[in-house]
Amino acid sequence: MSRVAAFFSARRNPRSISRGELFAVGILAVLVVLILPFANQQGWISNFSINLWGKYLCYALLAISVDLLWGYTGLLSLGQALFFSLGGYMIGMHLMRRIGDLGQYHKPIPDFLVFLGWTDLPAFWRPFDSFPFALAVMLVLPALLAWIFGYLAFRSRIKGVYFSILTQALTYGAALMFFRNDLLMGGNNGFTDFKFILGFDVRDATTQRGLFVVTALTLLVVYLACRWLNGTKFGLVQQAVRDGENRALFSGYATAHFKLFVFIVSAIIASIGGALYVPQVGIINPSEMTPEKSLEAVVWVAVGGRGTLLGPVIGAVAVNALKSWATRAIPDLWILLMGGLFIVVVLFLPGGIVSVPAKCRAWFAARRRQSTDAEASAPAVAVAKTES
Amino acid sequence: MALLSGFAHASELARGTIVRAVLADSPAQQRDLIVSLAGQGDPAIPTLLEAWRKDSLFLYDAPDGTRVPIQLVHAKDSADAQEALRVADGLPLLDASGLPLRLVGADLTPVEHTSALRRAMKSVVDLLDLASPDTEKRIRAIQTLGFAQEPDKLPLLEKRLATETDPSVHTVLREAIALIGLKAPTAGAKLAALAELRELHTLASSDLVKLALKDAEAAQDSALIDAAHSAVIAIETHRSTVNFLGTLFRGASLGSILLVVALGLSITFGLMGVINMAHGEMIAVGAYTTYVVQNLFGEGLSLSPFGVSFTLPGLHATGWGYQSYFAVALPMSFLAAALVGIALERTVIQFLYRRPLESLLATWGVSLVLQQLFRLVFGANNVQVSSPAFLSGHWTINEILLGWNRVFVIGFAGLIVLGVWLVLTRTSLGLLIRAVMQNRGMASCMGVRTQRVNMLTFGLGSGLAGLAGAFLSQIGNVGPSLGQNYIVDCFMTVVVGGVGNIGGTVLSAFGIGMTDQALQQILLNPVLGKILVLVAIILFLQWRPAGLFATRSRSLD
Repeated sequence: MSRVAAFFSARRNPRSISRGELFAVGILAVLVVLILPFANQQGWISNFSINLWGKYLCYALLAISVDLLWGYTGLLSLGQALFFSLGGYMIGMHLMRRIGDLGQYHKPIPDFLVFLGWTDLPAFWRPFDSFPFALAVMLVLPALLAWIFGYLAFRSRIKGVYFSILTQALTYGAALMFFRNDLLMGGNNGFTDFKFILGFDVRDATTQRGLFVVTALTLLVVYLACRWLNGTKFGLVQQAVRDGENRALFSGYATAHFKLFVFIVSAIIASIGGALYVPQVGIINPSEMTPEKSLEAVVWVAVGGRGTLLGPVIGAVAVNALKSWATRAIPDLWILLMGGLFIVVVLFLPGGIVSVPAKCRAWFAARRRQSTDAEASAPAVAVAKTES
Repeated sequence: MALLSGFAHASELARGTIVRAVLADSPAQQRDLIVSLAGQGDPAIPTLLEAWRKDSLFLYDAPDGTRVPIQLVHAKDSADAQEALRVADGLPLLDASGLPLRLVGADLTPVEHTSALRRAMKSVVDLLDLASPDTEKRIRAIQTLGFAQEPDKLPLLEKRLATETDPSVHTVLREAIALIGLKAPTAGAKLAALAELRELHTLASSDLVKLALKDAEAAQDSALIDAAHSAVIAIETHRSTVNFLGTLFRGASLGSILLVVALGLSITFGLMGVINMAHGEMIAVGAYTTYVVQNLFGEGLSLSPFGVSFTLPGLHATGWGYQSYFAVALPMSFLAAALVGIALERTVIQFLYRRPLESLLATWGVSLVLQQLFRLVFGANNVQVSSPAFLSGHWTINEILLGWNRVFVIGFAGLIVLGVWLVLTRTSLGLLIRAVMQNRGMASCMGVRTQRVNMLTFGLGSGLAGLAGAFLSQIGNVGPSLGQNYIVDCFMTVVVGGVGNIGGTVLSAFGIGMTDQALQQILLNPVLGKILVLVAIILFLQWRPAGLFATRSRSLD
């Protein structure tokens, strides 16, 4: 136990946090947690916008989960959308139960079950009447799935692109399963028409504002927790696995265990993101679970900047804001725009948006050096000329 | 009797009989006349009997006092009148001035028909096909008679059995006779029929034999029970054989499809290590090329991408000229996809050889762009590619259905694999490809222009995907997301086969195809089967993490 604890006892990595990042995060946190909800309450920001931003923040959680794996451990998982939707489905089941008999059929069981010919609630649905149970399953189920799959994958040393392809297959298989009606999880249409959450009307502006604040706080907590994790010895080993797995292995670290731990943690983070997403968006269906959704999340991270924690958040918000704008402004061309953006970012900006300031600084520094070099060398040339 | 003078010709015999039947006094007489039609080959019989049953035969009181049976045909006009044909010779009924008469059905006396008469007509029509020159029709008529199990049809069938030469019809005849024999009054005849059915063990007879078993059990006749039981067992054994071989065949054809779509990927991903998420779109490029070529052979094609409209003129070929478009479409789709692939390699992939995970992202971006381009150029809906006539048909061997398109799939896959193998092992390009893929640095030192080889290899892989597209256009829909349906399967096939090994891809494609079809057969549910295949693959990689045939190497990634 003490050996495990030693990994997490804070041993500060000197590069772990810069003053600039601290400052930026502080300002963003105050803006999002306090100012935006206040502005919404005063009516300066529409309910629609606050809802939209709540969605972006959920996506940011998903992006952090991708980055924890890809940016910090070198595992490109295409299964994060699966964990995200699983979290959403678990909360969705509870919300479906809270509809009570206000559905279309006015029966005490969800409409789609009535439609499928059920008169009683299936046994596995019953415990979801309780919110704490749904919350617990939301955390445990993705973790369990990640544990089983990760154990199998890492034990046989599946890594690199093989890991990506297998997680893609896992997600694809799960999506196929959730599309089926006889899984009793709503089939194609999934869950929608939610009415109440914890006794509040889920469509009410105040509830939505509350959900937004909860999402923002969760994101902040997750951010700080990941920041802390990266600063510990564990974080260092994690990055060692990314940069040279065989060396880490030969140095005596059981890299499979480290990877498994990170995989489970990021599955839980993605699941929390999904659980916050569903009550705000009001629908969950299997199309959220497809491998393409995972790829999209990976792209947010790439655009924002992998291997940083602020990058995924910026990437998720920026890409989705652009998407919201482009789908309305240029519906035919936005996919071209997005596809092109990914190609350009991968080719020319591997560090993502967060690397732009550093790049600019470096560029200016190089220019300044060049010009001072030129000034310094110009007289020398003149001297040389006169000498010749 | 004046009427009878109207049809002296021998060929009018059948019509004459019907006229007499219509005018006959008693239903019994009518039935006898109709039954006498059985076995005659006159095509007018089914039409007229059908008309009789459907109440469009009428009696017309001619001005000279005779009653003329007529058939009212074609659409009613504004006065509800229809054209009238004489039953006696099929010619229009004329009035005194020689013009065709138009009559209103409601004003005439319809020809009555009792249920006994209708039954007689039906059996006559059923028996007509017995003499049909078309084998399919003959078989269907015989089977109908057999399943009806009416003992009075037995003499007819036996007469036919003596003259029938076609072996498949012969078998069906024997089956029908035995099936009727199940209803025979004596136990001996029943036993003989069951023995015959056991010998024939056709799937079609299964239900009736089971029924006979139940009857025998009810009658507690132990000899009959035994005979019926052994017949049921023979049929069930046969059924499981057919199912097994059919599954094997369908598995082979699904495996061939997987092989064809994954072969290109086994070169770009397997040999080069590039995760090309746009591989599916290369397939779609091939499919759309086939679509364009087909339209160029036909009516031409109007496209309006980005608001610019233009029309490609067509050759207006017909018949075999049109059917042969596929021969042109194949090389064209290879070339088109290869060119797109080479362009992709030059602009994007060549910068990412050292960053495989990022090539995954960039090529996914490419895949999105290409899909949207397909939508903008060809529309978001599926386009129609008609398959040549030689693909729509089937052979039946021992009750196993072999669809020509599935046979074509298997043959095509075999040809492509052979071609790729020849290119890789028998050409200098193949030698260079293998050298560069094994050790890029070393090959470069030996003077191989690795950049060029990379480009050509990627072009080859993409071109193969294009061929797969041309081929998929023949067996399914062509749409912008065509490639997306195959991309996961492609990667699975290559990973299971072992990256960098074409032989492994072949084996894994057939393995996955067979497993999929077998699971479908067992679970009777395609989606569940597919999910189980994915689980099986994940478990398989536990056992063999590097696939079926791992490339052995001393290097440590």
